[in-house]
Amino acid sequence: MTDLTSLTLAEARKGLADKTFTSLELTDAHLSAIEAARVLNAFVMETPDRARDMAKAVDEKIAKGEGGPLAGIPLGIKDLFATKGVRTTACSKILGNFVPTYESTVTSQLWRDGAVMLGKLNNDEFAMGSANETSCFGPVGNPWRRDGSNTTLVPGGSSGGSASAVAALLCMGATATDTGGSIRQPAAFTATVGIKPTYGRCSRWGIVAFASSLDQAGPIARSVRDAAMLLRSMAGHDPKDTTSVDIPVPDYEAAIGKSVKGMKIGIPKEYRLDGMPAEIEKLWSEGAAWLKAAGAELVEVSLPHTKYALPAYYIVAPAEASSNLARYDGVRYGLREQGKNIIEQYENTRAEGFGAEVRRRVMIGTYVLSAGYYDAYYLRAQKVRTLIKKDFEDCFAKGVDAILTPATPSAAFGIGEKGGADPVEMYLNDIFTVTVNMAGLPGIAVPAGKDAQGLPLGLQLIGRPFEEETLFSLGEVIEQAAGRFTPARWW
Amino acid sequence: MSTATHKLLRGATGDWEMVIGMEIHAQVTSNSKLFSGASTTFGGEPNSHVSLVDAAMPGMLPVINEECVRQAVRTGLGLNAQINLRSVFDRKNYFYPDSPQGYQISQYKSPIVGEGEVVVELDGGKTAAIGIERLHLEQDAGKLLHDQSPTMSFVDLNRCGVALMEIVSKPDIRDAEQAKAYVTKLRSILRYLGTCDGDMEKGSLRADVNVSVRKPGGPLGTRCEIKNMNSINFIGQAIEYEARRQIEILEDGGEIDQETRLYDPNKGETRSMRSKEEAHDYRYFPDPDLLPLEFSQSFVDELKAELPELPDQKKTRFVADFGLSAYDASVLVAERESAVFYETVLDKLANRARDGKMAANWVINELFGRLNKEGRDITGSPVNAEQLAAIIDLIGEGTISGKIAKDLFEIVWQEGGDPRALVESRGMKQVTDLSAIEKVVDDIIAANPDKAAQVKDKPQSLGWFVGQVMKASGGKANPQSVNDLLKSKLGV
Repeated sequence: MTDLTSLTLAEARKGLADKTFTSLELTDAHLSAIEAARVLNAFVMETPDRARDMAKAVDEKIAKGEGGPLAGIPLGIKDLFATKGVRTTACSKILGNFVPTYESTVTSQLWRDGAVMLGKLNNDEFAMGSANETSCFGPVGNPWRRDGSNTTLVPGGSSGGSASAVAALLCMGATATDTGGSIRQPAAFTATVGIKPTYGRCSRWGIVAFASSLDQAGPIARSVRDAAMLLRSMAGHDPKDTTSVDIPVPDYEAAIGKSVKGMKIGIPKEYRLDGMPAEIEKLWSEGAAWLKAAGAELVEVSLPHTKYALPAYYIVAPAEASSNLARYDGVRYGLREQGKNIIEQYENTRAEGFGAEVRRRVMIGTYVLSAGYYDAYYLRAQKVRTLIKKDFEDCFAKGVDAILTPATPSAAFGIGEKGGADPVEMYLNDIFTVTVNMAGLPGIAVPAGKDAQGLPLGLQLIGRPFEEETLFSLGEVIEQAAGRFTPARWW
Repeated sequence: MSTATHKLLRGATGDWEMVIGMEIHAQVTSNSKLFSGASTTFGGEPNSHVSLVDAAMPGMLPVINEECVRQAVRTGLGLNAQINLRSVFDRKNYFYPDSPQGYQISQYKSPIVGEGEVVVELDGGKTAAIGIERLHLEQDAGKLLHDQSPTMSFVDLNRCGVALMEIVSKPDIRDAEQAKAYVTKLRSILRYLGTCDGDMEKGSLRADVNVSVRKPGGPLGTRCEIKNMNSINFIGQAIEYEARRQIEILEDGGEIDQETRLYDPNKGETRSMRSKEEAHDYRYFPDPDLLPLEFSQSFVDELKAELPELPDQKKTRFVADFGLSAYDASVLVAERESAVFYETVLDKLANRARDGKMAANWVINELFGRLNKEGRDITGSPVNAEQLAAIIDLIGEGTISGKIAKDLFEIVWQEGGDPRALVESRGMKQVTDLSAIEKVVDDIIAANPDKAAQVKDKPQSLGWFVGQVMKASGGKANPQSVNDLLKSKLGV
């Protein structure tokens, strides 16, 4: 039965519709895979009973011809999404054994459409990290290894559990979130497809907040088509999130295979970094060539404020986080460490409950919002943000349909290899992805090749607001040209 | 409008002037909270009106309650203020168990309402114009209960997230009387608008009062803020005390520390709560969960068109239509319920053009006088508007005299009933039958020949005869007829 796990979501959908196998069989296959892959630490909570119950229920519906667009498809859910009756921790000790009485809008839409939940996936604590090393449940292993090496590599972050589980064939797709690259960077590190849709495309209701103006949910999947199928169910207006946008959700899958002929693809010169590995440079050129071969037109574009994006991001995101995380105070839920007065209780709870990276960002955020520093940091960062947004607008105004960039400045690295002494070393992972969050644009990461050591590399396509369809069309061109990549099983 | 002269405080070094500004927190009348669907009903079981948003559960998001926006706009219009079509919600960050989010959603740099003005009535018919700096919307906090356990404090989040309007005055207030008049007027406007119930005992209306003193016309002094005042009288007392305290320090050569103080009504003094150095850094920034609040001018215009008549307009109308004195009109409009009562009386009157002014006198003097004496308010009046209108009709049409009317009022107050029927059944009708009165007049003139003889020289003694006739008729004779009859009989 294990071969069921190697299907794409689209293939599984066909098999279920044709009654070649049942959702229960498909679900069981994945549950077994999860059990066998515990060494990856991708799941922080397995929910096999719930998964089988959901699968049985959906099998009945399929039999009656009532299955939704994702009927019977087993998925993994990032632990940032509140799941009713199932522990939700954001992989932070401070949430303890918090069990929500509510279901996030995004996941409830997946269940509405017939998907099956296998369990909750590991992530960086409160989605703060680029290697999934800050999780209170420990790091996640990347199913990919360097050729001839036994070193376990990181899957990227913060959606490391999602990327690892999808790449290791533990689930057919996963929910993820992206605040500065948390979907696209892990997708690139694991040869999976990840899309961060336009800000406002998916409801943030019920997703543990990191930085509200940047956070956006999206899928990680095994193919561009799979990602399109998942996003269609995840997206949509939600009156409970006033930043979600009330425009119809298109049939994203219809964009797959659509001609890209005549599309104008921008190649931003500012993304050509000094000291960028030649392999990344080569991959980028290759990607451009594939799109050109498919009929797209390549143009060099300029996004002049790119170099300020990362520093500005590391002001805006921690500022919002410092406020968003104030609610974890030990008073109403989660961890409580007693103190002799309320201030001490706060201090003890938060010191014990938050990991080092979260504490660092809360402190940075508090600092940049403080009286006397606000104008110099937060306000300036917001101005930079406006300029970054304008860079993209100017570019799109010249008729550019999408922008092609590398997804990451390097392939996956070893656990503990980066950021130990200097957190900025880790932050640099997001150099190509944060601009997209700062501008609220959609961005997709698609596997495009491997480096000399056999590790996957990805390319990023950035689109106009709410034109995810363009990204799916272009992404599929790259996917077709590059082929699909599956890690050799070692776990 | 007469310009106000304000009270100066006399110190050892001469006169001192008070400079006062106020921040009033008015709880918005709405069924649900500012950013959640939870009920705003007062007095529920602790934590029975708490939504996931109010409790700041992970992943919860605020959604603006449009009714609260409408209430804020109505209030802004009632304060003759600038309505800002675009405003921004900010987070005010601080840790306290009554604030589950760890921040209060408020409006900092861009409030929904800008500058306005309120005219307040002072003693002696004077008025003063007090500027409004701004009005913004924000969340109320929960309540801590310290008396439920010897070792723990409990939190009740029912009030948490209820909408407040913070109304900030300009530092235009110059003494305690003006301050009290300002709160009174503001409360009245809010109650007319129906945007806040104004119940200070329940905490629906609370004031922070900023007080400083200076030599008249001199530069502004350092101010102290007296927090959380929930009684108009205490506000007056606190200001007087605080100004005296500051004058004493300054005259002794000291300096005022800018600080937050609390008023202790039992001791009649203010005491320090926290100094400027201990003040929080609230780290305000725009709430990224909420888009800027934007609405159109037509939204404002529609609310404006539906606005009820406000006390100042009502007062002007009462003066113009019924010839009321400005003072009487102010008394009637000060409380919405009083104005409603008076207007109901007017509606029931047979001839309101003729008797409107008399009705005002009756409402103010007889009814309010009696209610005050018994410590009741207008909503608990034993005499309703219809009964009072009937009494006034009876006077106006000449069926009873003013004196009888007072007896009738007393009967209605005590026993209730239809005034017209009571007049009939108890024989209280005024006697206008000239022959009946003539008999009484003749008898009295005959019994007092000396006095009758004096009347020609001392016309003022005619009043004595009138009194005697009225007394003999049991007050039921028509005074005008008696007067006319006496004059002709006595040859005056």
